[in-house]
Amino acid sequence: MGEMLHVRDLNAWYGESHVLHGVDLSISDGEVVTILGRNGVGKTTTLRAIVGILRQRKGHISFKGRDMIPVPLHRTARYGIGYVPEERGIFSTLTVEENLLLPPVVAGDGMSLDEIYALFPNLHERKTSPGTKLSGGEQQMLAIARILRTGVDMLILDEPTEGLAPVIVQRIGEVLKALKERGMTILLVEQNFRFASKVTDHFYLMDHGEVVGQFPVQELPDQMPMLNRVLGV
Amino acid sequence: MTMIFGIPLQAFLGQLLVGLINGSFYAILSLGLAIIFGLLRVINFAHGAQYMFGAFLALLLLKHWQVSYWVAILAVPVIVAAFGAIVERTMLRRLYDLDHLYGLLFTFGLALVIEGTFRYLYGSAGQPYAPPQLLTGSFNLGFMFLPVYRGWVVVISLVACIGTWLLIEKTKLGSYLRAATENPVIVQSFGINVPLLLTLVYGLGAGLAAFAGVLAAPIYQVSPSMGSNLIIIVFAVVVVGGMGSIMGAIVTGYMLGIAEGLTKVFYPEASNIVIFIIMAIVLLTRPAGLFGRDA
Repeated sequence: MGEMLHVRDLNAWYGESHVLHGVDLSISDGEVVTILGRNGVGKTTTLRAIVGILRQRKGHISFKGRDMIPVPLHRTARYGIGYVPEERGIFSTLTVEENLLLPPVVAGDGMSLDEIYALFPNLHERKTSPGTKLSGGEQQMLAIARILRTGVDMLILDEPTEGLAPVIVQRIGEVLKALKERGMTILLVEQNFRFASKVTDHFYLMDHGEVVGQFPVQELPDQMPMLNRVLGV
Repeated sequence: MTMIFGIPLQAFLGQLLVGLINGSFYAILSLGLAIIFGLLRVINFAHGAQYMFGAFLALLLLKHWQVSYWVAILAVPVIVAAFGAIVERTMLRRLYDLDHLYGLLFTFGLALVIEGTFRYLYGSAGQPYAPPQLLTGSFNLGFMFLPVYRGWVVVISLVACIGTWLLIEKTKLGSYLRAATENPVIVQSFGINVPLLLTLVYGLGAGLAAFAGVLAAPIYQVSPSMGSNLIIIVFAVVVVGGMGSIMGAIVTGYMLGIAEGLTKVFYPEASNIVIFIIMAIVLLTRPAGLFGRDA
């Protein structure tokens, strides 16, 4: 397994305020990595800085060996990074199918529409309804599904289970496992580490804009005291 | 003589036609404004100047190079669209991160510059532009004579409006535009070049205005102020229809043109202000406009 994404000393700002203070991350090909942390510690900011939505950033981001700092946002997907934001970004003026077909295919090995409908039967039933008539869970499925069509090598997901019923959370867990089996590399931000522990290989823990710990999923039981302290659960 | 509500039928239908013609221009122009506002969030005050630019370009091409109407109606929108694209790329783009007011002020200034340039070069008097041979004469509809050129304007402007609507609602490019109107950052993260889309849309809006200008040249006098006279009404149309609603802009354009024409029949004194009265009523009762999505 080669290294797919390497982030070193990543700093980021919102205007004057310095929010990321030297984040280091590394993700191997086919690995699932989860960033844990309380609200407001910089998890979403880290994702936005990696994807290139947040441009006030300094440090090193390399993806498949390519320096991503000078890459404009509309090229990130072309190089193989797919991003599903926390707010999901479903378009209300587009139908479900238009939403699904919106992102351009960037590599040949993405899922076909049939495969996607097999994985998400609900979306097939509702393909002509407007995007925002979907339930929260269906919107999340749609947000993931439309990235899968594009053939990106790495999926970045920001709190995919937030605000969803347990049965939907379980379904999303199954989908992520299926993706992992297909060899997809996934970077996840989650508050729900019990959910994350079922799919992830490695955890990073963030606090105050920094990575304060990391460990493989096997060490989760031993790390619980530290997790409790940092997450305040 | 046949009468309708105490008005001679001829006069009634005549004004209905005038209303439909004016409505055609309102529709094309407010459509362009609505598209630009939807994606760029810029209130394009230069729209009237771009319309006038189109009419003038057709006139100058005919005068100096004997370029026919038929060539002009295809070439002029492309030229003005290219001009619009350059303006967006080099100037307007720098204002997106600032308050919307800057975009409005910039396009307002641009309109003054374009208008002033034409006034300086060609004077402020209106100049006639003869309709092409093929479109002269009139149809006898039995109850009235319809000048062929006016019939052409109604038909071709409908075609232009429906074509633009189809482009936005039914094509892949259109789905990018609609999505980028809602959330440009996410659309860009999918690998779509949103800055390029913005340039294209401003060019498209300017091109539509120029298209209306070429259509208008044989009907109205071509003069530097022809755009600024019209644009205020068109803004009222956009407000009534609802900012950013494509179909709303088109339907409202025709509706208000006809309302204006009919007012000329029944109460001519009010015909210049009827659109603004409707605008005031709509703003009071439905601030988002008749077809607007959010209040």
